Amino acid sequence: MQTSTQPRFGTEELSVFYGTHEAVKKINMEFPEKSVTALIGPSGCGKSTFLRSLNRMNDEIASARVTGRIWMDGEDLNDRDTDAVTLRQKIGMVWQRPNPFYKSIYENIAFGPRYHGTRSKKKLDEIVEQSLRRAALWDEVKDRLKESALSLSGGQQQRLCIARALSVSPQILLLDEPASALDPVSTGKVEELVIELKKELRIVIVTHNMQQAARVSDYTAYFYLGNLVEHDDTTRLFSNPANQMTQEYIMGRFG
Amino acid sequence: MENNKGSAGGFARHRREDLIGKTYTYICVLLLIIVITAIVYFVASKGLATFITDGVSPVEFLFGTHWNPVGDNASFGALPFIAGSFIVSLLAALIAGPLSICAALFMTEIVPGKGKRILQPVIELLSGIPSVVYGFIGLTVLVPFISALTGGDSIGYGVAAGALVLSVMILPTITSIAADALASLPRGLREASYALGATRWQTIYRVILPTLAPSLWTGIILGIARAFGEALAVQMVIGNAPFIPKSLLTSASTLTSVITLNMTNTSTGSVQNNVLWSMALMLLFMTFVFIIVVRLLQRRNKL
Ligand SMILES: Nc1ncnc2c1ncn2[C@@H]1O[C@H](COP(=O)(O)OP(=O)(O)O)[C@@H](O)[C@H]1O
Ligand SMILES: [Mg+2]
Repeated sequence: MQTSTQPRFGTEELSVFYGTHEAVKKINMEFPEKSVTALIGPSGCGKSTFLRSLNRMNDEIASARVTGRIWMDGEDLNDRDTDAVTLRQKIGMVWQRPNPFYKSIYENIAFGPRYHGTRSKKKLDEIVEQSLRRAALWDEVKDRLKESALSLSGGQQQRLCIARALSVSPQILLLDEPASALDPVSTGKVEELVIELKKELRIVIVTHNMQQAARVSDYTAYFYLGNLVEHDDTTRLFSNPANQMTQEYIMGRFG
Repeated sequence: MENNKGSAGGFARHRREDLIGKTYTYICVLLLIIVITAIVYFVASKGLATFITDGVSPVEFLFGTHWNPVGDNASFGALPFIAGSFIVSLLAALIAGPLSICAALFMTEIVPGKGKRILQPVIELLSGIPSVVYGFIGLTVLVPFISALTGGDSIGYGVAAGALVLSVMILPTITSIAADALASLPRGLREASYALGATRWQTIYRVILPTLAPSLWTGIILGIARAFGEALAVQMVIGNAPFIPKSLLTSASTLTSVITLNMTNTSTGSVQNNVLWSMALMLLFMTFVFIIVVRLLQRRNKL
């Protein structure tokens, strides 16, 4: 049933309303495999709202209504018949503020796999180690897996949250300003991680930092007042934006 | 007029105000300390007189099951009342705990807006009803109901009636503490759980409740403390028999109910009166225990 207008993973005419306010307006976007797409734009332009709709997290907001289609391998994720719970296993998410559970480091990672049916201790151990390795945190925490996740530094907590998202083997990772609450060193580690992880999965990252977008992303999309103004190769968008508004925003941001 | 003074005058005035304020607070604190020390001293001296002046054995008081305070062969075993207090308080918490936590979850997680608008005033109303009213309702409605349930085998007064009345009375305490704790939880925790594919119920059960466990236990302990100290309502429905209850339907007594029933018909300084003070001392001691437990839980809460 896949037609040429359907992206492998992407949106078609996707709009999000909060009550009657249309915060995201008819977005058509495709996210290619093994690549990083950065979403940029001024505060309040709908980046987070758009990102949240991709794994149906807006379902949890009572006033939010999402119209249009989200395609993933020929399936419309925005269809009411698509189970949000199973699709979230395929699409992981990390937020601006690290939000580890008030549990041990180990339990933070084992939480997701347990829900998706992994019971064996050996298998869980494997998943925990592998997820922490992929998030470049294993060496720092391997001797203290039983300690509270809250005993980690902010940067470590954020990498733990990334490891937690990876624990259920998602194909797509959504990152909402994952480094904006972190110090420069931790930010650098998260950026390296993003570049490393894109070898295996699609990543969509919201960022306020133009340098960061330029460093980590392959494609960049500029949002303004809920509209997708421009979406292009990162290098082209930053060096030679087609749209006047994009150019002004980028210029102002690079300073 | 104040403005005409130089900055030095303003400085002196501020110093004076500061001094007055400080003195005032110190006096208040001192007064409080004096009152509290006096109460503790008074209760302790009276309560210990039973053992020191009247020669009642503390072992008999704490573990004796026979209560017969008058006559030549008087015995002062208070275990039936101590047991009664613990049994009704714990039973009340057992009933009210889960109900309160459900009510709090309903208000904050399940139907946030509407649930809170409806339930919150109900809970506040419950906490404002005087205990004599609870006792009166228990006496008029609950006791005959329990009696009818047992087909008239029981008179209805007893542990079950006491625990049920108490459970309604402590419901607001536990619910409001649980609801506050739920509201203080970072929103990110719920999102993180949903984003991993957990359902709402799994999120409540596996993330929210374990995270809040110390706060929820604090609420339950404070509820037990309230039940432990409640006298009037319990006394009206528990039947006031000086025995360790053998079943939920047997009459019993609690420390508080014995004190309120007997304080006016014993003369000051008599052993019968002093032994009531010993029970009061026991209540005071339990209050300290509850406070310490709550403190320990709050320390754990900080992680
Ligand atoms: N939960 C919500 N309820 C109502 N309006 C919201 C909510 N979240 C965001 N909005 C509104 O939607 C618009 C887009 O917000 P957001 O997606 O957070 O922007 P960004 O992430 O680009 O800063 C803003 O006008 C914001 O006020
Ligand atoms: Mg945002």
